Amino acid sequence: MSAISFPEPAVAVEVSEHAQPRPRRWYRQPSLASGAILLAIIVFAAVAAPLLTPYNPIKQNLSGNASLLGPSAHHLLGTDQLGRDTFTRLLYGLRMDLRIAFIAVLAPFCIGVVLGSIAGYFGGWVDSVLMRLVDIVVAFPFYVLIIALVFVLGPGQRSIYIAITLVGWVSYARIIRGEVLVAKRQEYVLAARSAGLSAVRIMARHLLPNVITQAIIYAMSDIVQDILAIVALGYFGLGVQPPTADLGSMINDGQNFLTTHWQLTTFPGLAVVVVGLSLSLIGDGLADLIRPGQS
Amino acid sequence: MGRMTFVARRLVMLVPVAIGVTIVVFFLIHLIPGDPARTILGVHATPQRIALLHKQWGLNRPLVSQYWLFMDRLAHGNLGQSLFYGTPARPLILGRLPPTLWLIVYAAVLAIAISVPLATIAATRKDAVRDHLVRVVPLLGLGMPPFWVGILLIDALAIHVRAFPVSGYGNGFFGHLHAMFLPALTVAIALAPVVIRALRASMLNVLGAEYITTARSKGVPARRLFLRHVLRNAVIPAVTVLGINIGFLIGGTVIIENIFAVPGIGQLMINSIFRRDFPVVQGVTLVFGVLVVLVNLLADLSYAALDPRVRFDR
Repeated sequence: MSAISFPEPAVAVEVSEHAQPRPRRWYRQPSLASGAILLAIIVFAAVAAPLLTPYNPIKQNLSGNASLLGPSAHHLLGTDQLGRDTFTRLLYGLRMDLRIAFIAVLAPFCIGVVLGSIAGYFGGWVDSVLMRLVDIVVAFPFYVLIIALVFVLGPGQRSIYIAITLVGWVSYARIIRGEVLVAKRQEYVLAARSAGLSAVRIMARHLLPNVITQAIIYAMSDIVQDILAIVALGYFGLGVQPPTADLGSMINDGQNFLTTHWQLTTFPGLAVVVVGLSLSLIGDGLADLIRPGQS
Repeated sequence: MGRMTFVARRLVMLVPVAIGVTIVVFFLIHLIPGDPARTILGVHATPQRIALLHKQWGLNRPLVSQYWLFMDRLAHGNLGQSLFYGTPARPLILGRLPPTLWLIVYAAVLAIAISVPLATIAATRKDAVRDHLVRVVPLLGLGMPPFWVGILLIDALAIHVRAFPVSGYGNGFFGHLHAMFLPALTVAIALAPVVIRALRASMLNVLGAEYITTARSKGVPARRLFLRHVLRNAVIPAVTVLGINIGFLIGGTVIIENIFAVPGIGQLMINSIFRRDFPVVQGVTLVFGVLVVLVNLLADLSYAALDPRVRFDR
């Protein structure tokens, strides 16, 4: 590198300070704060499930009249047809589905961000090829492709991860490409380029910090979508396999007793709604933090 | 660029995507772990049947030649043989298409019927109580599993109130309208949050525009102002959002058809999965892909028709 190279952090910091007003503290943003608290409670309940309930989520109790009990002090949400405590299964199901969803989002996030940056930064034929690839994946309805992929790969967690990765990266690639297209014309990038920095370094150190927020905001709704897909797969028996607790299979089991034991179906679904609410609040709050006034 | 050139260019752009769609569907079979024929036919399959399937699908040929065979059949409208029924897959799938198309259109109409009033209520009094109430809808709605909503609707409106049938497709136009209300409503509820958000945002945008101030100062009556000036301009971005989410809408029908036993291609897909009827699953996946591509094309063209400012040089 030559003598005219700029101290890069200084350039980046200076620009970002000029470009935006001082960011608000995250806890002063109501939706972000309430979403974060809600999610923290949910994650705590899921992680601490063994401490919060004395029952075993998969051990059946077929003795006498232990099955299909109504809610009581012993069984907050009653028991299912196999005599298992519904509240316990709800917590363990949440634990399982949340874990899969949070892990599943990582690979598509990374792949999408890298490919989107490359497409946006280099343009030309690389961009054309990658974007046609995106068009092709987008041509399939989300659920159809996920269900078809999990079917051919065989039911279970591994297939869910592969399917979500193959389908999910496109949205991140699109978002990051769009952001990079705009950001690469900014002066700090031109400065870095004229300083002779390598393309990889410019993308990773200068562009990425400025464009990644959009991908993180999208990731919040993407996790919700993934949970919905995991639950739907579980409902059709293609996801997490029994006897492991999963919200989707719980809804399916409870469906047979809908008219008499509505709580078996309703609460697993409500749990998903609350998770969705917390993540949507966080996503909205983050969006509001970086673009104040636009809601 | 003229309108016809735009249409032509849009059609040409379809070609790589259409080819890509067929490649993805073709490759599904190679994602099956192990020997696809053996996996699909199960452990009790005779060697003869496995050999027959190998021959039928050309599994012992090189990949390129397999794809060529696949495309050659496709060009002749051949989607393969159903392993379960032993009949060609194409009539099986096409026969199930009408209920799915019905559901898609019905759901889109209901989604708009739900979203436009709610978005209007919210946007016309920004930051008022009613605006905040409407803004809660998407927050809750986005996380609702569609099939769960369907089950609850069946419980409430079909079992307790008995206003609608629990399942089925119905007979004749009004029969369909009645029988498909709950499934369409379920899909619409899943779709509405996204549309409400987009519509509210674009209405606020339009309401802040100078031509609205001008119209107001000219004394245009509020009702006319809203219908002619605000709604018409705000609907265009909302249509775009609906278009972008058309894949989601169409994909949602797969799940909902199974809850309500609607005899469409979504139900066929899930049933075929349980029967391990791979050619039908493959065929349905292809049809879904083609459907989304066509609907997107339609959305693009109608978008251009709706907004005279659209220049045809994207």
